[in-house]
Amino acid sequence: MNMIRRPGKILAVASGGGHWVELLRVMRGIEDADVVYVTVQRDYRHEVEGRRFHLINDATRWNKVAAALMAFRVLLIFLWERPDVVITTGAAPGYFALRFGRWLGARTVWIDSIANAEELSLSGQMAGRYADLWLTQWSHLAREGGPEYAGAVL
Amino acid sequence: MPFDRLIRAVDEWARISGRGDVFAQIGDGKYWPSWFQAVPFLTPRQFQERIESASGVIGHAGTGTIIAALRLRKPLLVLPRLAARGETRNDHQVATARYFAGRGYLLAAYCEEQLRSRIDKLEQFRPSASLGEVGSPQLIQRIRSFAFGDADKAA
Repeated sequence: MNMIRRPGKILAVASGGGHWVELLRVMRGIEDADVVYVTVQRDYRHEVEGRRFHLINDATRWNKVAAALMAFRVLLIFLWERPDVVITTGAAPGYFALRFGRWLGARTVWIDSIANAEELSLSGQMAGRYADLWLTQWSHLAREGGPEYAGAVL
Repeated sequence: MPFDRLIRAVDEWARISGRGDVFAQIGDGKYWPSWFQAVPFLTPRQFQERIESASGVIGHAGTGTIIAALRLRKPLLVLPRLAARGETRNDHQVATARYFAGRGYLLAAYCEEQLRSRIDKLEQFRPSASLGEVGSPQLIQRIRSFAFGDADKAA
């Protein structure tokens, strides 16, 4: 038997555009783990070939029906994959993934987007309390009881 | 998310300069350019190929656009989206543009008039640095040690 403890399964979650680009720049450094991706655009599958990939609908906090559907899909993926760790760069799918992760006993990481240079993202402010590791990419936004600064995706 | 203000400004520049060698991804915007070619959406692979073959890139101040251009060290000119124009919910893109422009990574314009005058300088601009494929070692190490726990040290 292999005596080295593995980290188990990581669920990597992001919405589209910059969130997804930033997530990949983190996960490229953790490729030796068992990583499953969850995002909102079908075409992104080609950027993580060889990995399991779940597509969910996109939603903003303005559309409550789409957001509820998104939350339900994230929950189903959670129950199916049973990840040990959740890593997300936001926004809405990451928020739901962190809440379910906390609820179902996974360890959770929130990386606030580098786009939020002056204040934390709204989703980050909401999700922070569900994150075991809460990171901002701006040193001046780090604070006691809030996010920690540990470098950026650049 | 459409950004008609940007497309209209570049269209005006293309009309005046006579430069038709512009190609744009414009989303589901209401304004369609008259002086250059555009499509609503590109796949990530098409987007990548378009940036590779471009001599300069013009976009909003989103991190996806900025990272894509800097990976290839392409000259990039950004126009931040503004909350006052209903283009975002706050002015975070203005802060992003200032940060990257201040470090010589890109050119920024804060109104359409500035944008049009800076496009002429874009192809001569050389970004101060390019980016690798992975985030900073400090960030990766912090997340790895959290995710892997002691297993990372044992391995």
